[in-house]
Amino acid sequence: MSRRTTSVVAAGLVVTLLLAGAVSYFASGSPDGLNKVSIERGFDGTEQEHDLADSPFAGYETRGVNGGFWTGSLAGITGVGVCFLVAGGVAYLVRRRGPEQKSRTHSRSSGEPASR
Amino acid sequence: MHVPDGFLDAPTSAATAAVSVAAVAVCVRGARRELDERTAPMAGLVAAFIFAVQMLNFPVAAGTSGHLLGGTLAAILVGPYTGALCVAVVLAVQALLFADGGLTAIGTNVLLMAVTTVVVGYAFFVLLSRVLPRTRSSIVGASFVAALVSVPASSLAFVGLYAFGGAADIPLDTLAGAMVGVHVLIGIGEALITAATVSSVLAVRPDLVRGARGLLPAADLAPASTVSATTGGASS
Repeated sequence: MSRRTTSVVAAGLVVTLLLAGAVSYFASGSPDGLNKVSIERGFDGTEQEHDLADSPFAGYETRGVNGGFWTGSLAGITGVGVCFLVAGGVAYLVRRRGPEQKSRTHSRSSGEPASR
Repeated sequence: MHVPDGFLDAPTSAATAAVSVAAVAVCVRGARRELDERTAPMAGLVAAFIFAVQMLNFPVAAGTSGHLLGGTLAAILVGPYTGALCVAVVLAVQALLFADGGLTAIGTNVLLMAVTTVVVGYAFFVLLSRVLPRTRSSIVGASFVAALVSVPASSLAFVGLYAFGGAADIPLDTLAGAMVGVHVLIGIGEALITAATVSSVLAVRPDLVRGARGLLPAADLAPASTVSATTGGASS
């Protein structure tokens, strides 16, 4: 990737880390649309406890960090890092590559103008 | 809108899992055409950004909140196949690491929040951006409407699944009314966030908005510094 794109990704990650690591502290704690509707329409009772409810970051809280700002902040920062690495990794594996393939698509799509 | 375990019965959850696996396979094939060395890190950033903004629940009505789903935004920024993959990664990470969204419901959630939002949102975006004049404001406006529509569409898809395999016996017409009602409000938030983000990226690096390709003049799609150099020479 070009140096320019690197700086865009770096700047974007800084913004993203601030959102997940700090702004998220001020997010609404009310049930979301589906949860609220399930309570009002009376089908929330069928919900089962999550199988991983005891995992270290369950519920966007960090185990061992009790209450306050940092329990959610650390969970958010972790999630950002994991999502970036997993999605970026998948994209990197899936991407177009190989010089032959590249040059083939290149010559097919752009081709030399006949008049030259 | 993360569906927990137990809302849908086992056969329906198994069916959504199978459909989601097929959809992800289609997306992996399609994403190959959308991704290269330069855009692969952008996919990582888009997924990380959607994860972060999904943490930011905003109030929509008394005692109710909503958050970005992100499918429309991802599709416009990195392409529909890659965009759906990004949201699917976010949903998997949320279910496995943060206990958000049931493990048996991962397929359901991918179908609702990655596939439905991308298909509906991107279709609206493409239709609108072809009809509207080829300007940046048109692209931002099309992003707004597409994102707005994608959220109630996703909530209706949930109602459809509930009609097949809902665990409780509740009237579907009132469920549909309640779901669409609140998700139109959440959709307004989705639209504002999507339009603001697309507008910001267009201002800095229009070439990184995949959905804008072919819609803006070539000079408008070049990196910001090149644009100012070009237009500076042309306009004076």
